[in-house]
Amino acid sequence: MVEQKNRFADFIIYSILAFACVATILPILHVFNLSLTSASEVHKSNLLLWPKEITFQAYKYLFSTNALVKSFYITAFITIVGTLLNLILTIAGAYALSKPELPGYKGFMVYIVIPMMFNAGMIPSYLLIKNMGLLNSLWALILTGAVSAFNLILMRNFIMGLPGSLEEAAKIDGCSEWTVLFRILIPISKPAIATIGLFYGVYHWNEFFLGVLYLSDSSKWPLQVLLRTIVFDNNMSNVAALNTLSTAGQAVEPANIQAASIIFAALPVLVVYPFLQRYFVKGMVLGAVKG
Amino acid sequence: MAVEHTSLMKTSGKSTGKLTGKSTGLSNKWRQIKKYRNLYWMLLPTLIYFFIFHYIPFAGISIAFKDFQPFIGIADSPWVGFKHFNMIYHSEDFYQLLVNTLLISGYRLIFGFPVPIIFALLLNEVRKQSVKKTVQTITYFPHFLSWIVYGGLILSFISPAGIINEILKGFGIPAIDFVTGPDYFRSILVITGILKDFGWGAIIYLAALSSIDPQLYEAATVDGSGRWKKMIHVTLPALLPTVFLMLIIQIGYILDAGFEQIFVMSNPTVYGVSDIFDTYVYRIGIEQANFSEATAIGLFKGVVGFILIVSANRIIKRSGEPTLW
Repeated sequence: MVEQKNRFADFIIYSILAFACVATILPILHVFNLSLTSASEVHKSNLLLWPKEITFQAYKYLFSTNALVKSFYITAFITIVGTLLNLILTIAGAYALSKPELPGYKGFMVYIVIPMMFNAGMIPSYLLIKNMGLLNSLWALILTGAVSAFNLILMRNFIMGLPGSLEEAAKIDGCSEWTVLFRILIPISKPAIATIGLFYGVYHWNEFFLGVLYLSDSSKWPLQVLLRTIVFDNNMSNVAALNTLSTAGQAVEPANIQAASIIFAALPVLVVYPFLQRYFVKGMVLGAVKG
Repeated sequence: MAVEHTSLMKTSGKSTGKLTGKSTGLSNKWRQIKKYRNLYWMLLPTLIYFFIFHYIPFAGISIAFKDFQPFIGIADSPWVGFKHFNMIYHSEDFYQLLVNTLLISGYRLIFGFPVPIIFALLLNEVRKQSVKKTVQTITYFPHFLSWIVYGGLILSFISPAGIINEILKGFGIPAIDFVTGPDYFRSILVITGILKDFGWGAIIYLAALSSIDPQLYEAATVDGSGRWKKMIHVTLPALLPTVFLMLIIQIGYILDAGFEQIFVMSNPTVYGVSDIFDTYVYRIGIEQANFSEATAIGLFKGVVGFILIVSANRIIKRSGEPTLW
């Protein structure tokens, strides 16, 4: 009796979890298949879960326009340079802030936490970037997110949780804080640095609003911003714009193009996802090391 | 967002702020600072960053009390006191914004908040580790996609030619255009918001579940409790502090209402139901260049948000949980 009840409960639980997985996968699968469907098939009324015949037409078209490839490089540049800058500032800053005996420590912490609770808002930030002459510059996107207070505190908590004996020994040997930072701290913090690097990397890859805000010149658009006009522009004028850029000159269905560019932007995330998942979950407990 | 904050909470506030004693002189203090000069150099770029990108904009808030003219500059634009705030207060737009923001956030709380909890409880009942891992891997994935990508996926999925409408057609229901027009838009926002983040949101609860002492379950088994009773009497009580914590944090961020998602998925036909503070600030401020009015609305949102977040933190602190600061 109990056994039967248990099995019934298991059935319900597994069914719900299976439903959750299907609900997650289905939209992705749908668009993936749409991107491989031939233009003539798109409007035929059949469940677009599997294409009748696979065609790479939409992808060929996308790569022939150059616009998408160029924006891919822009995003790659922002992600790499931005993440490097993030890591340099965050690691150095976190090391300094891991010393509560540092004169002015409390003040620095307050100084960093205040913007987390209250920020000036979109317009004052926009005007600042404008006055700095950074509108339409990729540096506007890189510099405005140079340090995240959240990641800084996360890293600081991690460093505080490390055993201090190595550092003390090095200090007794007459090493400066710089030597400690490069020779001891960075090597032993590699997992934490990887986690925070991935936090920053995903942020840069997925960030689009700053691009919308600061870059009006469409030749400088990162992938996500370009994708936004391809997918969400209601009158599709921008797909028409893409069309004129095309050297291929064949008619392609907008729905195909939209699907293909969505998959194109999601693919890098999918490729690094196994790392992401492992390190991100670790990162969630990273801050709690010294609990 | 909310999930991310809790992972900080465990440790902060541990600052043993031991500064130099009061009796020590100025020269002693200077010696202290010199001793730490390398650390100050390391911290300096971060301090400069925060000063430029987070503190200088505070000065820009002044344009909420001015008639800002871009060609004159912030400093020389004439002061007008609370003119813009009065205008906002008497405009219908403002009430619509407030209603939209509260409704969308409210729906998210009522329908969205329990989902990761239930999901974590269900996962916790799965004995087979491989099944658990697979389900987690699949359901975490959308969290890592931008709202542009995920919104695009959803839009295609629910479009008149998409799968949902195909299924409806199978039941003889004519195709519904879910995203044009205000009828379904808020529901779409809430449902897709849940779909993107319920898996990831469960992590914090799974962490809490994994720290439950197995002896409690053993004792319950000895007492003859079944699965259901164990969940009610052992699992749920252990989860309650985390649930409370997450609830307070979410309420603290109620005015944000999921800006990125709404910014991406809305279109002019749904502004009446979808416009929240930030989308409105963007439209009238950046697109229509009404800088002063947009800043005033942004400031209103910022101040109320600040009060909410600080209060949320107070409540958490009073309940004995570790807080962010």
